[in-house]
Amino acid sequence: MWIIKYLEKIIENPEEMAKVKKFFLYFGGGLILLDAVLIFLHMTHPHFLWDWIPGFSSLYGFISTYLIIVISKWIGHTFLMKSEDYYD
Amino acid sequence: MIDLWIHPGLLFFLAAAALPFVKETWKVAIKLGVPVLGFLTLLLVSHGDHGVLPLMGQQEMVFGRIDKLSLVFGYVITIATLIGMVFSLHVKKNHEHMAGFVYAGSALGTVFAGDFLTIFLFWEAMAFSSALLIFYAQWRNAAEVGMRYLYVHIFGGLLLLAGIFIYVADTGSIAFNALPHEGLGPMLILAGFLLNAAVPPFSAWLPDAYPESTITGVVFMSALTTKTAVYVLLRGFSGMEFLVPLGVFMALYGVVYAVIENDIRRLLAYHIISQVGYMVAAAGMGSEMAVNGATSHAFAHILYKGLLMMGMSSVILMTGKRKLTELGGLYKYMPWTFMLYMVGGFAISGFPFFSGFVSKSMVISAAIDLDRPWVSMLLTLASAGTFLHTGLKLPYYVFFWKDWDQKKIEVKDPPKNMLWGMGLAAFACTFIGVVPGALYQALPFEVDYHPYTWGHVVGAYQILLLTAVGFFMLLKKLDPEELISLDTDWSYRKAIRGFNWFIKKPVVAYENYVTEVYKRLIIEPAKKLSRIGWTIDTWVFDGLVNASGWATLLESKISEMFDMHVIDGALNKVPSSIAKSAKRLRKLQTGRTQNYIMAMVCGLVLFAIVSLIYY
Repeated sequence: MWIIKYLEKIIENPEEMAKVKKFFLYFGGGLILLDAVLIFLHMTHPHFLWDWIPGFSSLYGFISTYLIIVISKWIGHTFLMKSEDYYD
Repeated sequence: MIDLWIHPGLLFFLAAAALPFVKETWKVAIKLGVPVLGFLTLLLVSHGDHGVLPLMGQQEMVFGRIDKLSLVFGYVITIATLIGMVFSLHVKKNHEHMAGFVYAGSALGTVFAGDFLTIFLFWEAMAFSSALLIFYAQWRNAAEVGMRYLYVHIFGGLLLLAGIFIYVADTGSIAFNALPHEGLGPMLILAGFLLNAAVPPFSAWLPDAYPESTITGVVFMSALTTKTAVYVLLRGFSGMEFLVPLGVFMALYGVVYAVIENDIRRLLAYHIISQVGYMVAAAGMGSEMAVNGATSHAFAHILYKGLLMMGMSSVILMTGKRKLTELGGLYKYMPWTFMLYMVGGFAISGFPFFSGFVSKSMVISAAIDLDRPWVSMLLTLASAGTFLHTGLKLPYYVFFWKDWDQKKIEVKDPPKNMLWGMGLAAFACTFIGVVPGALYQALPFEVDYHPYTWGHVVGAYQILLLTAVGFFMLLKKLDPEELISLDTDWSYRKAIRGFNWFIKKPVVAYENYVTEVYKRLIIEPAKKLSRIGWTIDTWVFDGLVNASGWATLLESKISEMFDMHVIDGALNKVPSSIAKSAKRLRKLQTGRTQNYIMAMVCGLVLFAIVSLIYY
C-alpha cells in the first residue's frame, strides 16, 4: 500500500521528514493568512471578541494542548498514578 | 406508505433465542440479517404510540413510542449491532452473540419505551446482558470486574426504581415525558440516568469495565449503555441548567485521564466519558440546535467510537498486549487496522469531511448562539484533547514510536470479517462527514446549520494543526508510564478490600485465639492425663490384657466375618444412592456466575417477549 510505503520513507529518511515539516509550516501560515482574509471580507460570523483576531484558533489550539498535557501529568503524578499492583 | 410495527428489539431477542439451535450458515444469516431487518422496520413505521399494553385498568405500558428522537437512536443502535455482528462473526461461541443481541435489543426497548415500567425492565436487562460480555472475557480478573460492574448498575437501577416509585406516587402516572427539574422523585431518576451516562463521580464503572470486556463485545458496550442514557436525558431533562457545567466537566475529566492512561482500551473508555460530556452539556442547554447537536453527536459517536474500539481490540487480539508501553511500530504489520483506525481518529477529532466535524461543531455552535463563551471555549479545548489522544497519542505509541520485534511475536492484520466490520464503520463515519444532510434530516428538529463554511473549516484545521505541533513538541512528556491511575472506583474497591481484610485478619485472628484457648485448657491437660494413664496402662494392665487378647482375637475374627458381609452391605447401599442424587443436583448448580446471570436474562427476555407478543 502506497500510504504505508510513504510513511516508511518519511520515518526512515530525515530529508523527507524535513519536507513534511516544511509543508505543514506553510500550511499553517496559509491557514492564518486565509483566516485574516476571511475576517476582512466578513465571511466569518464573529460572535465573541476574540473571533476578530486572525489565527486565534491556532493560538488557542496550541495553548489548549500545552495546558492539557502539563496539567494532566501534574494531577496524575501528584494524586492519581499508582503502581500497577496497587489493588492486588 | 406501509405502516408496519414490529419491535426491532423483539427481533433481536428472537435472534438470540434461535442462535444455538440452527446450523452454521443460518447463524451467519441471523447475525447479519436481523440487524438489517430491524433497521428496515424502523424505516417503515409511522410516528405515534405502538404496542400499548393496558396495565391494571389505569396505566399503560408503551413499548413503541415512535417519534424523530427515538427513531434516530433506533437507527444507530441497529447499525451498530450490524457492525458488531460483522466484527464478531469469526467468534464461535454462541453465547457472546446472544448476549450482544439481548443487550442491543434491550437498548432498543429502552429507547422506544414510553413509560417508566418498560424503561426500568429494559434498563435492568441491559445491565445484566452487558455484564455477560465482561464475564465471557478470558482475562484473569474478568469475574471480579464483572461483579463490580453489576453491583454499580444494580445500585443505579435501584436509584432509578426508587425515583420512579416516588414520582409515580406523586403524579399518578407512569408515562415517561419531560420531568420537572426538582423534587426527590425526579432527582433520583436523574441520578439513575447520570450513572448510566457515566457522569463523574458515577463514571468509574466505565473505564473499569469496558477494557475488560471480550475482544468483540466492546463494540456493543461502547455504543449502547451511555447513549441510551443520553437519550433518556434528552427526553426527560432537556434544558436542565445543572447539566451544562456537569457535561463540560465530564468532557475535561475524560481528557485528563486519557493523558495519563497506559491501557489502550481504557484510554478510549475515558474518551467516551469526554464525548458523552458534550451530549450531556447539550442536553442541559436544551435549545433546538443543542438537542440536535446532542443527538447527531450520539449518532456519530457510536460509529467512530466503535471503530476506534475495534481497532484497538484487533491490536490486542493479534499482539496479546494491551499497554502502550509494550506496543509500538505496528503500522507495517497491521496496515489496514492502522488506516481504518485513523479514519475513526479523524472522525472523533472533528476533521472536516468526517462525522465528528458535523456533529461536534453543532454542539459548540449551539453554545455560541446561546452566548455561553465558557462552554464553547472549554468544549473546544476538550476537542483539542480528543485529537491529542485518540488521533495522535494512541496511534503514535501503538503504530510507530519503536520497532516491533516481528521475530518475538508475529503480527498481521486481524481476520477479514473484523476488517470488514471496521470498514463498515469507517464508511459510515466518512459518509456522514461528506453528506451531513443524510443525518441532519433525521434529527428531532428542523436543522438550520451549515457545518461547511469557510470560517468553520479554517478554524478547525488551525486547532488541529497546532494541536499536532504541541504534541510533537511535548512528545517526551507524553511517553506512557507503566502505572495505573486511580478513579472514584477507589472508594468501593477499597471498601471491598476492607471487608476482605476484616474476614482475613480479625475474624481469622479470633478463630486462632479460640483454638489456642481450647488447646491450652482442654487438649494439653488431657494429653498430660493420658500420659499418666499410659504409664499405668503399660505396667499394670497390659499383662492382663495380653492374656485376654488372644481370646478376644478369636472372637473378633468371627464378628468380622459377620460385619463385612451383613452390616457393611446395607450401609454401603445408603451412601452410594445419596452420592448419585447429589451428582445429579450438582449439574444444575454450576457455581458459575455467568450461568446464573444468563438464566436471569433469559427470564427477563422471556417476559419481554411474552408481553411484546401479547400486544
